[in-house]
Amino acid sequence: MRYGMAIDALKCVGCSDCVVACQTENNVPIGYCRDWIVEKTTGTYPQLQMEIRSERCNHCSNAPCVRSCPTSASHYGKGGIVLVDENACIGCKACIASCPYDARFIHPEGYVDKCTFCLHRVEKGQDPACVAVCPTKCMYFGDLDDPRSEVSQIMKKRKWKTLIPEAGTSPNIFYLI
Amino acid sequence: MSESMDRRRFIKISSTFLGGLAFTAPLLSNSIGNMIVPNPESRISGLRTPTYCEVCFWKCAGWVEHDESGNIKKIIGNDEDQHSNGRFCPRGTGGVGMYNDGDRLKNPLIRTTINGKQEYREASWEEALNYIADKLKAISEKYGPDCIALLTHGSGGSYFGNLLKAIGSRNIAAPSYAQCRGPREVAFIGTFGEGIGSPERTDIRDTRCLVLIGSHIGENMHNGHVQEMSDAIDKGAQIITVDPRFSTAASKSNFWLPIKPATDMALLLAWIHEIIYNEMYDKKYVDKYTFGFDQLKEHVKDMTPEWAYGITTIKPDQIRETARAMANASPSVIIHPGRHVTWYGDDTQRLRAVAILNALLGSWGRRGGFYNPEKAYLPKYKLPEYPKSTRSWRDAFPGQFKLADLALASGICDATIPSVDDKCSFKAWIVNGTNLITTLPDQKNTLKAIQSLELLVVVDTMPMEITGYADVVLPECTYLERYDSIRVSGHRNPQIALRMPAAEPKYNSKSAWWMARELGLKMGLGAYFPFKTQEEELDWQLKNMDSSLEEMKRIGVKTFPREFDDLYIDENDNFEFNTNTGKIELYSTSFEEEGHSPLPVYTAHDEPPEGFYRLNYGRAPMHTFGRTSNNPNLADLMDENSVWVNPKVARDWDLKNNQYIWLENQDGIRSSFPIKVRVTERIRFDSVYMVHGFGHDSKKLTQAHGRGASDSELISKVLLDPIMGGTGMRGNFVTFKFKAANMEKNT
Repeated sequence: MRYGMAIDALKCVGCSDCVVACQTENNVPIGYCRDWIVEKTTGTYPQLQMEIRSERCNHCSNAPCVRSCPTSASHYGKGGIVLVDENACIGCKACIASCPYDARFIHPEGYVDKCTFCLHRVEKGQDPACVAVCPTKCMYFGDLDDPRSEVSQIMKKRKWKTLIPEAGTSPNIFYLI
Repeated sequence: MSESMDRRRFIKISSTFLGGLAFTAPLLSNSIGNMIVPNPESRISGLRTPTYCEVCFWKCAGWVEHDESGNIKKIIGNDEDQHSNGRFCPRGTGGVGMYNDGDRLKNPLIRTTINGKQEYREASWEEALNYIADKLKAISEKYGPDCIALLTHGSGGSYFGNLLKAIGSRNIAAPSYAQCRGPREVAFIGTFGEGIGSPERTDIRDTRCLVLIGSHIGENMHNGHVQEMSDAIDKGAQIITVDPRFSTAASKSNFWLPIKPATDMALLLAWIHEIIYNEMYDKKYVDKYTFGFDQLKEHVKDMTPEWAYGITTIKPDQIRETARAMANASPSVIIHPGRHVTWYGDDTQRLRAVAILNALLGSWGRRGGFYNPEKAYLPKYKLPEYPKSTRSWRDAFPGQFKLADLALASGICDATIPSVDDKCSFKAWIVNGTNLITTLPDQKNTLKAIQSLELLVVVDTMPMEITGYADVVLPECTYLERYDSIRVSGHRNPQIALRMPAAEPKYNSKSAWWMARELGLKMGLGAYFPFKTQEEELDWQLKNMDSSLEEMKRIGVKTFPREFDDLYIDENDNFEFNTNTGKIELYSTSFEEEGHSPLPVYTAHDEPPEGFYRLNYGRAPMHTFGRTSNNPNLADLMDENSVWVNPKVARDWDLKNNQYIWLENQDGIRSSFPIKVRVTERIRFDSVYMVHGFGHDSKKLTQAHGRGASDSELISKVLLDPIMGGTGMRGNFVTFKFKAANMEKNT
């Protein structure tokens, strides 16, 4: 089993609902976030293109944060979800420095925090909070190893890309383009 | 006069505490502010309570989820709800910030003078309400009850409205009409005999072509519409966006027409020309249902795409291609009427052109066009007849704005300023949930009206700017702490939704229902407030519509079968429209009767003088007007606005990204606060853009104060719509300044 997410950049309007839903779901303190919006415009007026993306930890299969963690606080959990054991974390920031996606931050309580794919919800059979709330329904979550899962199906139908593939991290977040 | 001018100095809600009891009150409320007071009822009824959202006007129904001790944990959508389909927008999701905001109004405040200085002092509810009741009675006796007006936005309006009618005044207005969607309603009533309503009856879900004219769905987070636009994209619908700015919607569109601002009418008329003269209209529909086709055809004879090109800068080929795209999708096409449409003063006529285009393509009453909404019938308890109201805001505007179907907030404001021949300038305002300082254009005029009042009562949850001008401020509890009217907005199916308290009111705040009733009782109008509790009133209503309060607390939303007509017009039916001719009026007989052009005409609007740029403003998806900019959760997503400047313009002025500057308008009004520059290709060279609702100058909004600049204060020129009194706000031009106004004076 390998959990992953496909995000349809053609539908995302960048409303930040995923950000605030994550914050309230996971008690992320105000001023911090586990997911965020990126907007990229190219071209010159009026020949313009814009891509809007909801970004978060890529839950890489080859995660530099896991490799660089001196205490094994960063580890692979169920379905390959990259997690931080906050009790084992010493706040050394080696993982923050190694993450090419800037997906981690130091929680005010001293440990490193990041997206968990809402494991507590996933275990109950629910979608992560960001997926469940998205008004444009632009996010698909599920088991990439299961060819019948919604996320596997949509990735078969559509063109997609990953972020910074040259980093060789094998990310599990895919952007439908 | 000078005394009364002085009487209402702006007080930045810096209350002075008098007496021992009042002195302890703020300390007590501060400590309560840090605790979450659980609602005992929610503990009993389980872990979730139903609500419908009040962060914007879309009123999505959802659930407030509680943790084991009953504290509010989060707010999510109700799957049965047609407004949200179970998914709240960022504002609804972050709505809990409204409840937790430490800057909330906490106690009733009364304006007082201490050692020659105006202050607010905290008062008990008893004292504050007695003060208001006595004043209202005195004003009513001296000038007549019609001299009292209610200016309102949101749920409390119906309760204060009942109070006002009981007193004997019908002067009740919401800025959402003349400052927002009024022209659209009047134009569609004039064409189809029916307005658009809210949520808009657009069948975006099933459309094959969606045309957005300055309407930025996605940035305006009209939840159901954003969702349906996403569904339409999935189903391969064509999207055409007309906007001088490369909006989010434009980036999702098949066609983006980067129009020169203020020329939309020419484009609409050219589309009408193209569709008529190439016979691309729905002939059967037009023949059967419309009136005035021949006059319209003659009227647009010369309005070719080439003619429009010279005005709009949109190439003729693009006009033709987009007209074909619309016609190919007909009747499943929506030329979206928008919502905030008070732009240039000829807005009703522009929206008439939109209505006509929809009629030609046969989209009204058709799948993928506009559906027929249906509302649940909400029983009303029979109250004694209201006293007759003899004078209206309309008396101040003889012969004008006759087609306005609702009262004008701006009209009441203007009529408040005394004039020689005026029988009754308004003497008292009750302002509920609307920050008139920023919702009405031309702040100088608003302040002049406020200075003429003998009583200004402001009801709000937050110390917005308007509260600083009040004689009495009443702290309302948030939507998460109160019941409100049953939501009955029209939609695809009749549906009702319940809002109930998820927590006890924080501080010393109360619901509008309670305030209006207490005032009514104090004024001897108890007969108009027959229910002792709101639960009792809601239960009576619900039991008369095949439900009960008990049931609604459990399910939150209830859907009823449609009773009247179908969702779409049955083509075998001889549908009669509610117009003079019984037809869709391409040629408007009601406009003609009132002396307005029966067909929409293009008028050239003023262009920015050299060195100035048209001020365009709009929305961000995580904010509602200025009312959310202090919400801690939503401010965390966006805490200031920026001014969008085209790179060419930035070069001319040597403006850098993230640099702070001031904006000054054509009347020499400079923004009170600096605003960050955003150099972006997404905006045309002849205009600038900023998100509305920032630049608050109320210091008590500790998060929002001084963050970004206010577009409202730069809108001093108003382009009045002669048909319905809408206040066009897009005729203002700004230039860049590198110092604050006071710094310049000093040097």
